[in-house]
Amino acid sequence: MARKLMKGNKAVIMGAILADCRAYFGYPITPASEIAEAAADYFPRLGRTFLQAESEVAAINMVYGAAATGVRAMTASSGPGISLKQEGISYSAGAELPIVVVDIMRGGPGLGNIAPEQGDYFQVVKGGGHGNYRNIVLSPNCAQEMCDLTILAFELADKYRNPAVILADGYIGQMMEPVDLSIREIWKPEKPWAVDGTSRTQGNLVSSIHLSAEELEVHVEHLFKKYQTVEANEVRYEEYRTEDADVILIGYGVVSRIVLSAVDAARKKGVRVGMIRPITLWPFPTEIIRKRAESVEEFVVAELSTGQLIEDVRLAVEGRKPVRLFRRTGGMVPSAEEIVNILEVREGVA
Amino acid sequence: MDMVVKEKAKSILDQYKYKPGPDKESTHYCPGCGHGNVHKMIGEAVDELGVAERAVLMSPVGCSVFAYYYFNMGHIQVAHGRAPAAATGVKRSQPHAIVMSYQGDGDLAAIGGNNILQAANRGENMTVFFINNAIYGMTGGQMAPTTLLGQRTSTTPRGRTRANEGFPIRVCELLASLEAPVYLERVALIDPKTTAKARKAIKKAIQMQVEGRGFSLVEILSPCPTGWKLSPVDSREWIAKNMLPVFPLGVYRDRSKEELPPNEEPKIETVAEALGIETGETATIRKSSAPLPETVRMKVAGFGGQGILFLGEVLAEAGMQAGHRVTWLPSYGPEMRGGTANCHVVISAERIGSPTVTLPNVLVAMNRPSYERFVDDVVDNGMLLYDSSLIEGVPVPERLRSYAIPATQIADSIGNTRVANVVMLGAYLGITGIFTREQALKALRLHIRRPQLLELNEKALDAGMKAASPKK
Ligand SMILES: Cc1ncc(C[n+]2csc(CCOP(=O)(O)OP(=O)(O)O)c2C)c(N)n1
Repeated sequence: MARKLMKGNKAVIMGAILADCRAYFGYPITPASEIAEAAADYFPRLGRTFLQAESEVAAINMVYGAAATGVRAMTASSGPGISLKQEGISYSAGAELPIVVVDIMRGGPGLGNIAPEQGDYFQVVKGGGHGNYRNIVLSPNCAQEMCDLTILAFELADKYRNPAVILADGYIGQMMEPVDLSIREIWKPEKPWAVDGTSRTQGNLVSSIHLSAEELEVHVEHLFKKYQTVEANEVRYEEYRTEDADVILIGYGVVSRIVLSAVDAARKKGVRVGMIRPITLWPFPTEIIRKRAESVEEFVVAELSTGQLIEDVRLAVEGRKPVRLFRRTGGMVPSAEEIVNILEVREGVA
Repeated sequence: MDMVVKEKAKSILDQYKYKPGPDKESTHYCPGCGHGNVHKMIGEAVDELGVAERAVLMSPVGCSVFAYYYFNMGHIQVAHGRAPAAATGVKRSQPHAIVMSYQGDGDLAAIGGNNILQAANRGENMTVFFINNAIYGMTGGQMAPTTLLGQRTSTTPRGRTRANEGFPIRVCELLASLEAPVYLERVALIDPKTTAKARKAIKKAIQMQVEGRGFSLVEILSPCPTGWKLSPVDSREWIAKNMLPVFPLGVYRDRSKEELPPNEEPKIETVAEALGIETGETATIRKSSAPLPETVRMKVAGFGGQGILFLGEVLAEAGMQAGHRVTWLPSYGPEMRGGTANCHVVISAERIGSPTVTLPNVLVAMNRPSYERFVDDVVDNGMLLYDSSLIEGVPVPERLRSYAIPATQIADSIGNTRVANVVMLGAYLGITGIFTREQALKALRLHIRRPQLLELNEKALDAGMKAASPKK
């Protein structure tokens, strides 16, 4: 065991190394570049592959190729690059390849800026690429989770043969915190379906094409059932001081850190407030939100986007209780005081 | 097309198990199409080289999207144009595999133009078969980057013009401008003689990979009777008459005779070694040594070049070494280049919520603009540390506990202006004692990039500790 102070971005690579990720393919972009830089430093020393690709399109397709051979492989980027990776993510979902993608969100749309935002929620959580597929989406809120959830992402990707995405923001990537590192048991399945250039896998096929309508429907249904299993088994979330809460704040990533401070500050002022933090954004923690909707007066969704996360909260609440949006964008990150203030104004903010 | 094939290659399947429908023996290609011929030659070459078990074929998007029906090899079907990128992923992960990228002209020279260029330029040890039929076959005969001037396609109904579409791309010539490729040849399926050359080239291109030489590509001028709306016989004549003048046959690169550099086995570290888990300098993980009176919410600010982010990092590290919880958050990107830099440090006994510090209870100001920008944000009775060698004659608010440290002057007297930040670290340590001198030194050791500077930093730390005395 070792405790080290490091950026969240570097912690991603620590997790990838511990998870026996064998190949990293990437393209530089702020605020995600430290991930590629850490991979460039560590992977070759460990006899693993690091390659700076010619574009994000190339990088994700390199990951596709590597994952098709049965090794654990990953890439990382920020919004503009994630847009380009959608092709390969859709192909990976279609071909049922376990891949790991990291998105350190910055401001958008377009070139936007490099400050933290959460505007990629729809693109990552709801799809982004073409066709009927889902990404498993994990949302760390500290450097330790950048490491641990990266390990989990590899395990879930393999377990379900599906893309898993770490969705974090510029602050979670750039922030330094202590990270405890230890060599741990990593679950790794056999991959008899892979194509690794040996007699054992000769004749295997990795592909996403199903030309006949009948065949493709069978395949899409198979994926759909798989996604239902994921929804049943893999929901993860954190609750904080919700037992007696009148108001529940919901946020992920850096917002959940600020919300945590806001909850404590508001409690000191006598406002009974709690927090639900989704750790898996897909599958979404619908059940717990629905359950809490029975007892709370309202939900406040805090996000660095103009109403993306709130759609999933509304679907969970199903109109039973008011759901309010608190948003900042452009790289403006709210202070805890700002959130406490909006709790005191119970109505009128939308 | 008449070819002298003695028997069916063993790498070609008898029954096409992946092909849907009842007919598992005939191919999906049109009569007279060149793809089938090239498939056979690849099968034969793989047989002759004895690499079928190691072979991985990348099927592209185009008429040969179903190339995987026919071969007893490993198969990976990929996105349009991306075969060279995906093949890179395969080869880098399984260096023993014999990786073959099979691509049409739309796939390779249009949508995947950069991917082939970059894979060739990296000298990926792979083999590319490039079917140049001057048209998009699969989507119904649209223009390709290799379509000839004047050639009619469904998207150049009056013929390709240089004014609107430009000239056909010559891939072998283009790649021959790069250093890395080891073998580039253009061949054609016209008659038995050119076909025999094609067969030889295909085998050689795989052989090059088996020998570990690097990137090979064979461009095959190949008939598309359906797309060209010609008979199979006329199609071959069309290649000879119209394609050869634009796409001259021949060898564009051949490094098959060059001596290979010796293989060097790099030293591989273990995970524990690389991450410093057992051997490296690691923190003792323990409960906080001295309980913190209150959570420290600190802002460190100054101009770029003063080592502001470094000072924040070392403060956070020392806090961690003392067993506290810490966060460090930089202002990053262009903000850093704009001349001023600041970072937020939180040191706490409790789980840390927000890592952003809007209302600090400690401000370390290293220059005047930072002082002016942040001093009013500091909470009442908060602590103010400022570099009094650079910030002079400013009104210091009575409501703050302020410490004027001539950090730059002290640093200069030690011999290096740049350690003013560490003087400040020493001052903060001297005033608060929330971590020990040893912990601060360890933090410095862990974060200083050049070990020869450690001694100087130690001096600066001690000088800072000494200078720490309340001003008022
Ligand atoms: C991203 C994307 N764009 C377009 C297509 C449609 N498409 C399929 S095959 C093809 C052209 C293939 O032509 P070529 O590479 O010359 O191969 P050929 O069919 O002639 O063998 C196109 C444009 C696609 N599948 N994917």
